[in-house]
Amino acid sequence: MAATWTPDQPIVQCVDVRKSFGALEVLKGISLSVRKGEVICIIGPSGSGKSTLIRCINALQPISSGSIQIEGIEVSDPRLDKLALRRKVGMVFQQYNLFPHKTALQNVMMAPIHVLGQKRPEVEARARALLAKVRLAGKEDTYPGELSGGQQQRVAIARSLAMRPDIMLFDEVTAALDPETVKEVLVTIRELAEDGMTCLLVTHEMNFAREVADHVYFTDRGVIVEHGPPETLFTAATDERTQRFLSQVL
Amino acid sequence: MQAIANWFQQLYETTGLNFSVFYDAYDWDRYFGGLRMTLLLSITTILLSLIIGAVGALLQGSPSVLLRLPVNAFVVVFRNTPPLVQLFFFYFGLGTMLPAVEAAGMRVPLLSNVQWAIISLSLFAAAFNVEIFRSGIEAVPRTTLEAAEALGYTRLKAYIHIVLPLAVRVCLPALNNNLVNLLKTTTLAYAIAVPETLYAVKQIWSESQNVFEMMVVLLATYGILVGVLVWLMHRWERAMRIPGYAR
Repeated sequence: MAATWTPDQPIVQCVDVRKSFGALEVLKGISLSVRKGEVICIIGPSGSGKSTLIRCINALQPISSGSIQIEGIEVSDPRLDKLALRRKVGMVFQQYNLFPHKTALQNVMMAPIHVLGQKRPEVEARARALLAKVRLAGKEDTYPGELSGGQQQRVAIARSLAMRPDIMLFDEVTAALDPETVKEVLVTIRELAEDGMTCLLVTHEMNFAREVADHVYFTDRGVIVEHGPPETLFTAATDERTQRFLSQVL
Repeated sequence: MQAIANWFQQLYETTGLNFSVFYDAYDWDRYFGGLRMTLLLSITTILLSLIIGAVGALLQGSPSVLLRLPVNAFVVVFRNTPPLVQLFFFYFGLGTMLPAVEAAGMRVPLLSNVQWAIISLSLFAAAFNVEIFRSGIEAVPRTTLEAAEALGYTRLKAYIHIVLPLAVRVCLPALNNNLVNLLKTTTLAYAIAVPETLYAVKQIWSESQNVFEMMVVLLATYGILVGVLVWLMHRWERAMRIPGYAR
């Protein structure tokens, strides 16, 4: 359990994860692991269960069977301390999901103050630094509705980082963006990765996966069909399904 | 002030239009007393109905059936029955069952007709406020709540800091309507002899024989009271507006 986890072990460890919605089995035995500092991309066609997997990792949805461990904490444990889990795991969503009644700065500051009970001046200084880091200095007092999609998504990233997570989950974070703003978000994530942040991304950005990921998983219909370092997976895929998918999206 | 009184006196003598409240001190005192009672009823019932409504809506969204069920029953009972009947039920039904108390050597009811009116009208309006707040709460996207959850917010903290501020903005127009209705419904207290505006004005026209003129005064009074309430609510709505937030 938590006490026995050491940083040289995988930070995320999924073993034979299964998840059903009624009679529909969406995840059919997924096993993967993420080590500290790694950037992992999960790719695959729509409906392959990618987003469900990432939501299960953050306990937003319960799994049906199998095991997911974050730094040794078993996510499917009914006595799970969700706050302890969520302090370790940051999550960014496709639709940004900012709090629309708060400014960019307030969005970043809220959780550390409300959830962790940290002091306001200290949180504000950190929030300003985070907004500057995602290149939004000057937008502190702007409301989400006045920001572009790409800007909102970067506020969402800063908001997650304010909780000082050990790992960041990205659920198709560029899927709702205009093509020209996709880049600014990807640059932000790439910088995070270069700083050593552990990142798990569900993405359709194949070039990003190829350039930034340490390891890529291809999923289809609830199973991992094939995985490997991007240079191998993208150029020498062995499974016919992977080859067909890549030929369609590349 | 004297000029106004003189003008209305003049009006009465020349045209026969008898706005006695504006020149007769006795009628004015009765009218003004009624107005004060209407304000007391309106302000207390608005505040109480908002508090009961907000708490009810919170309980209604709770995962526990034991909490949801009483709230739903409350809404059904108070929404499906006429407010005048509710008032009679409280005052004549429950009021007579409560023990009387000794006050200044006299035996008086535990709760006065004014107190019963406040209780009854607050509960009546609160039943609607529960549903109004619920509509606002349900309009907050599930995904916004999920983002809060992913940041470690508990249910209660997410409600206080995220759901309620957004829900209030969504339901303000509907709330506005219900509070306007409530203000006008305070006239029902007339039926249990609470000396509010309608009651006072009725007394005046019975004695001064100026039904038409007092009707005009009565309608104008409520027109202005509701106007002020709506103006305040709109100011609140404007103050809560979020730049760039389109629904």
